[in-house]
Amino acid sequence: MASVSVNVHNITRVEGHGNIVLNVRDGTIEELRLEITESPRFYEAMLVGRNWDEAQEISCRICGICSTGHSTASLRAMEAALGVTPSEQTVLLRKLALHGEHNQSHVLHVLFLVAPDLLGAPSVVPLASTHRPVIEMALRLKRLANDHIALVTGRHIHGVNLKVNGFHSLPKEKALAALRERLVASRDDIQATIELVASLKLPDFERAGEYVANSRADEYAFYDGTITSFRPLQCDHCGHTLKEGYREEYPIERYRDIARETVVKHSHAKHTASVHGSYAVGALARVNINYDLLHPAAKQAAEALGFRAPCMNPFMNNVAQLIEVVHCTEDSIAIIDKLLERGIQQEDTSVEVRAGRGAAAVEVPRGILFHEYEVDDDGKIVAANLIIPTGQNLNNIEHDMRALVPQILTLSHDEIRLMLEMLVRAYDPCISCATHLLDVRFVG
Amino acid sequence: MSAKPKVAFFSFTGCEGCQLAVLELEPVLLDILGAVDIVSFREAMTEHSEDYEIAFVEGSISTPHDVEEVQHIRQRAGLVVAIGACACSGGLNALKNRRGMDDVLQTVYGSSGSWFETIPARPVSAVVPVDLELPGCPMDGNEFVWAVKSLLRGEMPKLPQIPVCVECRLKGNVCVLAHKGKHCQGPITIAGCGAICPSHGGHCVGCRGYLAHPERDAHMEILQEHGLTVDEVRAQYSLFNTYSEMAREAAS
Repeated sequence: MASVSVNVHNITRVEGHGNIVLNVRDGTIEELRLEITESPRFYEAMLVGRNWDEAQEISCRICGICSTGHSTASLRAMEAALGVTPSEQTVLLRKLALHGEHNQSHVLHVLFLVAPDLLGAPSVVPLASTHRPVIEMALRLKRLANDHIALVTGRHIHGVNLKVNGFHSLPKEKALAALRERLVASRDDIQATIELVASLKLPDFERAGEYVANSRADEYAFYDGTITSFRPLQCDHCGHTLKEGYREEYPIERYRDIARETVVKHSHAKHTASVHGSYAVGALARVNINYDLLHPAAKQAAEALGFRAPCMNPFMNNVAQLIEVVHCTEDSIAIIDKLLERGIQQEDTSVEVRAGRGAAAVEVPRGILFHEYEVDDDGKIVAANLIIPTGQNLNNIEHDMRALVPQILTLSHDEIRLMLEMLVRAYDPCISCATHLLDVRFVG
Repeated sequence: MSAKPKVAFFSFTGCEGCQLAVLELEPVLLDILGAVDIVSFREAMTEHSEDYEIAFVEGSISTPHDVEEVQHIRQRAGLVVAIGACACSGGLNALKNRRGMDDVLQTVYGSSGSWFETIPARPVSAVVPVDLELPGCPMDGNEFVWAVKSLLRGEMPKLPQIPVCVECRLKGNVCVLAHKGKHCQGPITIAGCGAICPSHGGHCVGCRGYLAHPERDAHMEILQEHGLTVDEVRAQYSLFNTYSEMAREAAS
């Protein structure tokens, strides 16, 4: 029987610091941990006592990559706490910015961080000489996504335009039309990316599990929706994943029932579990739950990529991300058309401060993100709770590793190490975010 | 410095947004890759080497392990460049410093607080000598390129000690402090961002750190004229600059 010891110190090409520890003796796993060693952030100490209008400014700094997603969740939660309903224009513009962030993050992940594994390179740097056209295409798509975010938020990292109930300044119609043209023109690069990824071989591995994402009856949900859990069934005879499964919905008030947090010794980021155990969030969870509402072009991409929902192979999260790039690009074009048809209007963005408590769930690139705030009569934050997608995935990644290891014990030491690193990377973990470590103290 | 200097990127406590700002220099990224030899960049690369001349360091120092690691980096690197607010001034991370560390740990981890270690967040320069600081939250990508070009020419870049207001007025913005009644920190904050926040209708939050000799009393007076109390003004100064504010309070 095989005995293997793997210790990956500082997993590379992920955001933040993490280690993998594996010890197998005579075919039995004795130790298996995904250690999160990122320095704790203590964001609650930063938020409590600050003003209501600083929550977004502070919490967007949890993550450089999903800054717009944190901003969106923060603004929606604060609006819920203050009883503010933002205008249709504000919602459309926020959805547009969020699409830009999904594209930016997914392109970064698939083409810069994952592609080197599939093309047999240690990083994107050598690919700049061996696969120059691919890298140039990746840079074009990234640049477009950054400009897309910046047009709405004012800056692609830690946007300066966003605020409760609206924007500090609004994008010009001419600039929106120009972005639309570039999005249309990017279809060729996206198509080429699909062909590239379709030609690469992803590991074949499945594990039955639970997926959690926002869902809506009328659109593929990113900005808002109902928290939805889906557990696909598997055929008793052949083990194949069926389209049917158990679907449960949770109103936002019950988000703590799905994301039940615990502190574990080997991780500076808390783990979560639903009543059924560990669960996955992110692009794969969203596509599995909301496949029918994808844009037709995104469904075509799914077919070209050999993706069939529901899919239980975590490595396919990369493919799901690419499917979402198609959806976000097409839906951004539709949103811009709607905005241009309405015309950009200056609106009243004033806010009346009152005591209250509110929560919001937003789909950010790595999955469902929860923000909750309680403010007093003066608008001072008295409690805050944030539950981050990567924190929710850590428990699931460890379960995946436990299921994967026995299947790959015949591989070489280096191959096992690479496979485990690829699995962690497939979830696109954002470890800085997950170690933000917020408090969960609410009164009443 | 060698013709193609070896450079490394390291990150401590922070969001990695400043490393991302480097990855997002798309139009010049391939030129940078041609001009320097990146030997370590964990967010983007598996390759790693301990042999480097310039170390770009992101994030605050907030654990005993961070302290050891940044000392190790200082020993190996010819030049240490701190990038972003967290590394240059402690940034937002230092907001926790006003509370006791035991209190912070217990609040977050409950009875498991003793499993983890944390120390008050500090800038890199509080632990090891730093040769250059490129501030901002996030660091400004153009300023980074400008600094790299200077370093490649063998010159040490020097950030001008002028307030954000200079850039703001050059852009023709209406002053948010004088005319819109907002608590803007532009008059005491180091320029270099192109006054991006006031230019978009917001106000300066001081993320680039304060000038060496800020007109603090005059600024405080104006903010009080706008109805802010001394405590509210201090709260504003403590958003991105808690570390330097606490040091100032301790000294006075």
